[in-house]
Amino acid sequence: MDLFEYQGKQYFAQYNIPVSAGGVATTVDEAVAIALTAKYPVVVKAQVQVGGRGKAGGIKLANDEAEVRLHAKNILGMDIKGHVVKRVWVEHASDIAEEYYASFTLDRAAKQHLLMLSAQGGVEIEDVAAKDPTAIVKLHINPIDGISLATAHRACVDAKIPAKALDGVADMLVKLYNCFTQGDCDLAEINPLILKPTGEIHALDAKVSLDVNASFRHPEWAEYAATEELDAREQLAREKNLQYIGLDGSVGIIANGAGLAMSTLDVVNQVGGSAANFLDIGGGANAELMTAALEVINSDPKVKSILINIFGGITRGEEVAKGIVEAVKRVALRAPIVIRLDGTNADEGRKILADAGIPESQLTSRPTMLEAARAAVEMAK
Amino acid sequence: MAIFVDQNTKVIVQGLTGGQGRFHGLRNKAYGTQVVGGVTPGKAGQDVEGIPVFDSVADAVAATGANASFIAVPPKAAPAAILEAARAGIGFVVCITEGVPAQDEARVFATLQRDYPATRLLGPNCPGIISPGKCNIGITAGEIAQLPSASGPNVGIVSRSGTLTYQALYELKQQGIGVSTCVGIGGDPVPGTSFVDCLAQFQADPETHAIIMIGEIGGSAEEEAAEFITNHVTKPMSAYIAGVTAPAGKKMGHAGAIVSGGKGTAQGKMDALRAAGVQIGLNPTEAGILMAEIVRTIRS
Repeated sequence: MDLFEYQGKQYFAQYNIPVSAGGVATTVDEAVAIALTAKYPVVVKAQVQVGGRGKAGGIKLANDEAEVRLHAKNILGMDIKGHVVKRVWVEHASDIAEEYYASFTLDRAAKQHLLMLSAQGGVEIEDVAAKDPTAIVKLHINPIDGISLATAHRACVDAKIPAKALDGVADMLVKLYNCFTQGDCDLAEINPLILKPTGEIHALDAKVSLDVNASFRHPEWAEYAATEELDAREQLAREKNLQYIGLDGSVGIIANGAGLAMSTLDVVNQVGGSAANFLDIGGGANAELMTAALEVINSDPKVKSILINIFGGITRGEEVAKGIVEAVKRVALRAPIVIRLDGTNADEGRKILADAGIPESQLTSRPTMLEAARAAVEMAK
Repeated sequence: MAIFVDQNTKVIVQGLTGGQGRFHGLRNKAYGTQVVGGVTPGKAGQDVEGIPVFDSVADAVAATGANASFIAVPPKAAPAAILEAARAGIGFVVCITEGVPAQDEARVFATLQRDYPATRLLGPNCPGIISPGKCNIGITAGEIAQLPSASGPNVGIVSRSGTLTYQALYELKQQGIGVSTCVGIGGDPVPGTSFVDCLAQFQADPETHAIIMIGEIGGSAEEEAAEFITNHVTKPMSAYIAGVTAPAGKKMGHAGAIVSGGKGTAQGKMDALRAAGVQIGLNPTEAGILMAEIVRTIRS
């Protein structure tokens, strides 16, 4: 789960990482009130989860109330690469002497934590990497050892962080690492990490991605989940506890298992169609789950046909078939269904589907993934 | 022969008295697996359909001589369960638990590596492992696995995805091709056992003559496998990679399946494997058909 900048900064603050005084506003008046507390000059920043905010005019400096009003009015509701700005973050403008970059992630190949640190911050780290790879220090950290202040110091020296900022940045790295591990982040990134003329180190931006598997030990994350930007279909799927991702095509997909669902998308694409969604209903595939899945698919006006791809492992074919028949009776579907049912007791399952008395125009069965995908794509045309 | 588990593997189930542990543990036993005990703290002395329950893994090992563990406990309890098994000297640990935080996985992996190098972890969030006719640990339906033939050729399967693992087993059964061992390594960011670990074992296993690999988007495990195959695997292989059409930045169900920053794409993985001499199917069935051709060539 990706956090907005303002949430990331609030998260950083919990781990004693210094961030600017500020607050989040959804209206112009709120922005003005926050600016007054944060003290002028302030920066008004669009809260969207997409890069290039500055270039799009989503980050503006304001020296007085009139300017805050002007910028907040312009930025709220602005469309930045398809993301509509619902909130702005207003914070006291920082004086910047130098800009650095710091992040922690998990390096899956090494199975260790990875620190990336650079004295060249403020730009996309990918651009720094492309132009001068030696400007980035990459340091693996064993998850059971963690990072010591001494190690952080050495990394700073290696990254050519100037002497006047060394202690501050090293201290910041230890705090950021604590945030990354104790805070169950997939990514904790500060870009830019700034040195102020006064010598203080400060996080001017915050990019935080949380590992939702750790939600059980972070009840405070509930408020982040509430602001997550989901489309109507994804919202409905979440309420029904389904693994759903909305896409733009015309073939609705239901499969059991993440791999099989991904594979179903691929096969639909391979035969010239496009999927409307990714939907994994898990191993069970009972009537309740199937009904919920069909309801979500049915709410998508772009769906012209529905492809149900079930491989029965532990769940036997006849149980899956009964679930589908029951679900089809419960939901008033707008699009025809093609089913591929295979695996344990698939023949018995197919017989149940054939004998259910559902007209062929509404439900047909094909023996293989490829044939089922072809039929579904044909119907979607 | 088979890899990792065979007819001599003695399994305990951590969480045997819970819903999943009981269901799958009993199924594994019914398949013929030596399920010799279960562990649930505070329930020593009880039994689950004749399988004795112990308070700790150490007690279970002392009483039964178990050398493998099947962990079916909730995500909160899984990291401690894995380390308890390792401490008790269990050599092979299968953890099917879905939803273990990545930070916990990384810590557990590093701890095993440093303190318990003799313990191999499969998973978390994996379907398990089956050496058909010998041992089945996890949630795989044993019936869909074709028994290996004494004269060969037999195929080894290694997969990141559960349902696609079953799909691969099924494709081979349809073609009458025997399976030596089928390993589901799971779709999480820090799997205990990697493609490379399995490929090394299959390459060394005289009963395995060819290998099917099923990968998916995210991470770089398939690229690492491709490099290993180039240098160390002489047995013929086919592969399928799920997620060609997956959009960037969206987790496709598995915690590890995400294309980010242009890395971990299906195309990149297929290219790497193809360059390593692996035949690539564009869907699971095609990978099965390619394997059938490989097996026909070996037979003739």
